[in-house]
Amino acid sequence: MTIVIVEVMPKEVLLDPAGKATARALQRVGGEHITNVRIGKRFELTVDGEVTPEVLEQIGVMANDILSNQVIEDVISIRVAD
Amino acid sequence: MRVGVVTFPGSLDDRDALRAIKLAGGEPVSLWHSEHDLHGVDAIVLPGGFSYGDYLRCGAIAAHSPIMTDVVDAANRGMPVLGICNGFQVLVEAHLLAGGLIRNDHGTFIRRDQKLRVENTDTAWTSGYSVGQEITIPLKNGEGGFIADDETLAQLEGEGLVVFRYVDVNPNGSLNDIAGIRNARGNVVGLMPHPEHAVEAGFGPNTSVAMKSGTDGLAMFQSVLAASIFS
Repeated sequence: MTIVIVEVMPKEVLLDPAGKATARALQRVGGEHITNVRIGKRFELTVDGEVTPEVLEQIGVMANDILSNQVIEDVISIRVAD
Repeated sequence: MRVGVVTFPGSLDDRDALRAIKLAGGEPVSLWHSEHDLHGVDAIVLPGGFSYGDYLRCGAIAAHSPIMTDVVDAANRGMPVLGICNGFQVLVEAHLLAGGLIRNDHGTFIRRDQKLRVENTDTAWTSGYSVGQEITIPLKNGEGGFIADDETLAQLEGEGLVVFRYVDVNPNGSLNDIAGIRNARGNVVGLMPHPEHAVEAGFGPNTSVAMKSGTDGLAMFQSVLAASIFS
């Protein structure tokens, strides 16, 4: 079994209220030098059998259609875990 | 006229929507997310709540549930579809409406009686209002910030697809104070505030006349009874 990692981030132009609140919390506990936090998602897909280019392509389609919403998010990377 | 309300796992306001349809004079019909059966309804409401626990993204998993294939087909044929709150989120995730909804800019859940301005009455769900009319209905959401890229926003504004706008207070950071939008055809409408919670005196928002007497949401459900297939 192989694990494929898909990472999704909110689009940079969008306000990320959760990231902003987290940045403020970090700044409160000594992270004054941390100016910004953006929170994204990491999906680990366990795949039965070989991860062929076709399987990766299928996962790419699913990442764009379901794992992310292209209006508000970008798929940053799709890769096989080491 | 038969108006269906889809119940997803985690829907909260499906019963209120069914009741609103009945009070408006329609025949309410319960629809179930895992079926491929619209039970011969003439219009559909996607209710508020937290379908699938808002996992992945609000409305995202519901948008891929079995019945949504049939809802999308029906909408594309012209059947009136109204998405309220989580239902609005489902409609944007299903690409029946443009844009997206993100966490409120202030980061907290908000519940208030919200004043809206009706911007467009050329839809299956707003023909009973007048343009510029101000209505007050409850709002309650954590992720109601409407966003769209510049091009989409210009299109929504330019083509008159903004149906409701927040008045006095923008409760969630929505761009251009947008509270609700429609598709080009006018049969699909989505909004964050809850018309189904303002349909019966005694249970609605306060008004200058009496406490809890607001029924400004009722016209939305009455509007759809006037047009079974909107083309």
